[in-house]
Amino acid sequence: MTRLASAFAKGRPALVTFVTGGDPTPDATASILDALVEGGADVIELGMPFTDPMADGPAIQLANLRSLGAGTKTADILRIAAAFRARHPEVPLVLMGYANPMTVRGADWFAAECVNAGIDGVICVDIPPEEDPELGPALRNAGVSLIRLATPTTDAARLPAVLEGSSGFLYYVSVAGITGMQQAVQASIDEAVARIKASATIPVAVGFGVRTPEQAAAIARVADGVVVGSALVDLVAKHGADAAGPVKELTAALAAAVHSARKEIA
Amino acid sequence: MVKRARARDANLDKPRGLCQSRRMSAEPTGATPNSFRSQPDDRGHFGQFGGRYVAETLMPLILDLEQEYRRAKADPAFQAEFDDLLEHYVGRPSPLYFAPRLTEELGGAQVWFKRDELNHTGAHKINNCIGQILLAMRMGKTRIIAETGAGQHGVATATVCARFGLPCVIFMGATDVERQKPNVFRMKLLGAEVVPVTAGAGTLKDAMNEALRDWVANVNNTFYIIGTAAGPHPYPELVRDFQSVIGKEARAQMLSRIGRLPDLLVAAIGGGSNAIGLFHPFLDDTSVRMLGVEAAGHGLDKEHAASLAGGRPGILHGNKTYLLQDEDGQITEGHSISAGLDYPGIGPEHAWLKEIGRVDYTSVTDTEALDGFQLLCRTEGIIPALEPAHAIAAVKKVAPTMGKDQIILANLCGRGDKDIFSVAEHLGVSL
Repeated sequence: MTRLASAFAKGRPALVTFVTGGDPTPDATASILDALVEGGADVIELGMPFTDPMADGPAIQLANLRSLGAGTKTADILRIAAAFRARHPEVPLVLMGYANPMTVRGADWFAAECVNAGIDGVICVDIPPEEDPELGPALRNAGVSLIRLATPTTDAARLPAVLEGSSGFLYYVSVAGITGMQQAVQASIDEAVARIKASATIPVAVGFGVRTPEQAAAIARVADGVVVGSALVDLVAKHGADAAGPVKELTAALAAAVHSARKEIA
Repeated sequence: MVKRARARDANLDKPRGLCQSRRMSAEPTGATPNSFRSQPDDRGHFGQFGGRYVAETLMPLILDLEQEYRRAKADPAFQAEFDDLLEHYVGRPSPLYFAPRLTEELGGAQVWFKRDELNHTGAHKINNCIGQILLAMRMGKTRIIAETGAGQHGVATATVCARFGLPCVIFMGATDVERQKPNVFRMKLLGAEVVPVTAGAGTLKDAMNEALRDWVANVNNTFYIIGTAAGPHPYPELVRDFQSVIGKEARAQMLSRIGRLPDLLVAAIGGGSNAIGLFHPFLDDTSVRMLGVEAAGHGLDKEHAASLAGGRPGILHGNKTYLLQDEDGQITEGHSISAGLDYPGIGPEHAWLKEIGRVDYTSVTDTEALDGFQLLCRTEGIIPALEPAHAIAAVKKVAPTMGKDQIILANLCGRGDKDIFSVAEHLGVSL
């Protein structure tokens, strides 16, 4: 079983956490990633900074700028990932970012570097199924999961194309919008997750706008995983290189809520 | 297929006998398998360029837009409304003008201009905005957004929104808001909301990022009027088609006036919409050479905005094209004296035309553009925008190398009223 599959096979919903790599500095990221693991996160998403993060709200935009301002290079992100893998052999690590930094040296180069760094999956915001040849085949050949996004605008006719060629999990973006803004109405999430799970053979994790343990718990009652990003990135913005403590604290609260979400109603 | 000449073109077609004797139709040649005019493919790719690199939220809308555009293109009523607005609201056809004193001063090829600076709102941008707002209304969209750099596209978008009574939000980099105050005021007069974008360097690419973020969040009711022949498919195609009125008119006007096609077309390129609009109808006329002029800013070895000369293929804002970027694929800021050329990318069709060698591309510096600006003021009594001043600077270099029987047609894509303050500043004049 792959690390990603194991993370979603613990008999409870999974907590997926996101922080931007290199924020506030490349050296500070390791302690923040460790705090996520110690807090109880099941899957770690590491953001690859990009100058033009057009799917992100203000919190993650600023994180990208802080990281690039600190001089973070792609080589730093790969180094952070490889060191994480050495410290945490069992925790799945997913790179999330934009097409240009991922493909600039060629998709095969990127896929091989992912393998070398022990990266389990890749989420590329701006490569929809229609442009899959840009990155998908290289990742699949290398055994790295391509994790696609489904959104409120992904209708039943489109869903099979989104699922085709994706693995690891499906990331359901609960609102038509950018990261870190408003949360979707719970009823719409329930409906969408039920619809997607009827077609999907991979786990479905829900994100965008999830900030509190209460919101996370409500989603975890229906979804296989809950993704939290901007709320954690806000803590990094506030505490900088000393963010590990507050990040661990919020992660622990989120993990407790997500992991026990279904017990409460059982 | 011989298309029926539209009534208002009839007077352009007078010396038809001459055209026919040279086997030249006033209409551009239809696309054939070997045509340069049959791009993009059905996935929106121009060779390796173009495509639809957008977030999943936008993808269904992009597909709907493509379908609706296909239907509109085949609908004579849509074309008739577009043509009618271009004639009576925009003021088309724009004149084709022979520039005698500039020609004499340069001492080589005859220089002609397509006068798109005489359009309503003072630039070619309005052609595309008319087409896109008609599409928006066909799709039942009730809110318009757009990005703008210098403010010309913002003004053109605000204009068509006022004309059709739709609310309009313009995203503009905070730096550009500061340096283009007259256009910000124009947009507000026209009823648009202007949102200053502080992310990044606060220029055109940041404004485009913010417009994309707004679009994702308001995908149900909002239409994004992209200002240049770039972005996700079908934008590069539809913007080109709407702007091709420039080249179609110019081609017919040339044949009508002198019974032959020009030897060289010249146009400035930021995203490349005025250039592709001029070039596209001539692409299969093998005798016609074409020159696109990028902004070399302070010089190609310093800060500039010449994506083809100084960039590499990459993915940004929905398409694959030449981009100014570092070795990690991080986008670098462009620089040009012309805010309208200050963009780190270029339309994907230009990237393709460069790769296949059908169009030549060059670049001119800020200083050369300022010289071109003053040259046209002095010789022809026309104050050009700084964007076409780049084309004029290229004409200044190339005309003397050509024979006096040869013809250059350059696109005068905007007028310079908006630029007089920055030109004065660069010339050390305080107003």
